[in-house]
Amino acid sequence: MTPIVVSIKDLTKTYASGLQALKTINLDIRKGEIFALLGPNGAGKTTLISIICGIVTPSSGEVYADGHEIRRDYRLARSKIGLVPQELTTDRFETVWATTTFSRGLFGKKPNKDYVERVLRDLTLWDKRNAQLQTLSGGMKRRVMIAKALSHEPTILFLDEPTAGVDVELRRDMWELVRRLRDNGVTIILTTHYIDEAEEMADRIGVINRGELILVEDKAKLIKKLGKKQMTLVLQEPMAKIPPELGEWHLSLNDGGHELVYTFDTNAERTGVPSLLRRVADLGIHFRDLNTEQSSLEDIFVSLVSDRGKAAA
Amino acid sequence: MSEWIAFNRHSIWAIYKFEMARAWRTLTQSIVTPVITTSLYFVVFGSAIGSRMKEIDGVPYGAFIVPGLIMLSLFTQSIFNGSFGIYFPKFVGTIYELLSAPISYLEIVIAYVGAAATKSIILGLLILITASFFVPIKILHPGFMIAFLVLIATTFSLFGFILGVWAQGFEQLQMIPMLIITPLTFLGGSFYSIDMLPAPWRTIALFNPVVYLISGFRWSFYETADVAVEISLAATLGFFLACLLVVSWIFKTGYRLKS
Repeated sequence: MTPIVVSIKDLTKTYASGLQALKTINLDIRKGEIFALLGPNGAGKTTLISIICGIVTPSSGEVYADGHEIRRDYRLARSKIGLVPQELTTDRFETVWATTTFSRGLFGKKPNKDYVERVLRDLTLWDKRNAQLQTLSGGMKRRVMIAKALSHEPTILFLDEPTAGVDVELRRDMWELVRRLRDNGVTIILTTHYIDEAEEMADRIGVINRGELILVEDKAKLIKKLGKKQMTLVLQEPMAKIPPELGEWHLSLNDGGHELVYTFDTNAERTGVPSLLRRVADLGIHFRDLNTEQSSLEDIFVSLVSDRGKAAA
Repeated sequence: MSEWIAFNRHSIWAIYKFEMARAWRTLTQSIVTPVITTSLYFVVFGSAIGSRMKEIDGVPYGAFIVPGLIMLSLFTQSIFNGSFGIYFPKFVGTIYELLSAPISYLEIVIAYVGAAATKSIILGLLILITASFFVPIKILHPGFMIAFLVLIATTFSLFGFILGVWAQGFEQLQMIPMLIITPLTFLGGSFYSIDMLPAPWRTIALFNPVVYLISGFRWSFYETADVAVEISLAATLGFFLACLLVVSWIFKTGYRLKS
């Protein structure tokens, strides 16, 4: 059993304005995993992270970071946590080196030039160590934020929308970096609304919507459990309407009648694919190509969030 | 490890160093400008006008205004340093780092207010040295002089810290020092003894808290005071404690820092 590194118990948050940002959240994050928290804008992702990191005060509930309650044992809890916020908030006149060593000191660590150098080199910031932050590009500033968060050697790293607004190449670099950190034993919790990011990196996924944690599941299991597969037959001749003999498969026509689409559950005992293909052949329907496609995490996410939205309405 | 848990000295030192480095970076604004401004006061009030003024309580006018001028700079610079130190991270958003660090509220205050007070004390001493080139200065009670200097610098830095937390814009940040502190200082006996005021104004002046601070500080130089030094000291300590109470309330409630 993998140890739990962050444990959230009955956590709620209602802001002074009356906005209920979090409704009784319970969640355990396992040591060494990459956990992706997905949710639309305003779902409560940043509030949740901000509470764990000590920036926002919870209304009720408890949070443990590496066994230390974040309010009672805030020093030990916070010393384990690094945070890369969503906004690029930097002191523009500081140099990369100064701001990173400041963060290390702020988190109570003795100066360690070798460690800071290693962090900066890992993030390809070493050549820019004497540059003022105002001279750096957005991508470089994002790296500096990560360097600051890693400067005190945290074992839990929160990345709030880490690749928002960065180019494709940097995004790939970030993903690589996150994996390397995980390989070094750091537990990563990231929020994102890029589904491909979660699909690419996460071990487990939590979906939050309107302050509620809708589900938490291993990524692979989630895709398998909720995933649907589609088989598309590209027809030689377009079809005006689906013959009644194919009614039991609930097919649909796409691309102006050129494609016959069958959606089926991968986990069902009988998928119905062989019988459908036999019936199609019997009816003399000729196709020139066949392809299948598994539904993505994005499809699952959209369906989950919209189902909840309809239920709430 | 247990020592680290009890008192996070590395964090305090990091903030303190960071704030002092900023003062060094903005040397002209933090040190040179106030010293030049004060020198001009001495040229105008000490040499040009002061030579035509009578002595006050046996002290030449130029020398009499030295403690008041030091206080004038000490008040404004302590408030500026104390408020800017905490307001700037709020303004640029880097406050998240401070709030998520394993540092207690007391340590945050010690670091920011300590740095702000240090800068003001250095400035006060520089003004004192500058003044000594223009007028003869005696310090009859150097211990009290240092005590008043440190206590007042710390108190006003604390007051500035409160202002920095409260302010939601640069205008608010400058409003209190410009509209309240500077007039109170000018009317608080920086350039004169309140004994020189006519009867009703003298009584009214006693409601100005700044009078007690300047009077006490001046007493440490020349043993001349508008009010008894014990009252001055009590007033300074009272203001200090009031600021401490407000700061502890701010951190207890998270006022304008945490939602």
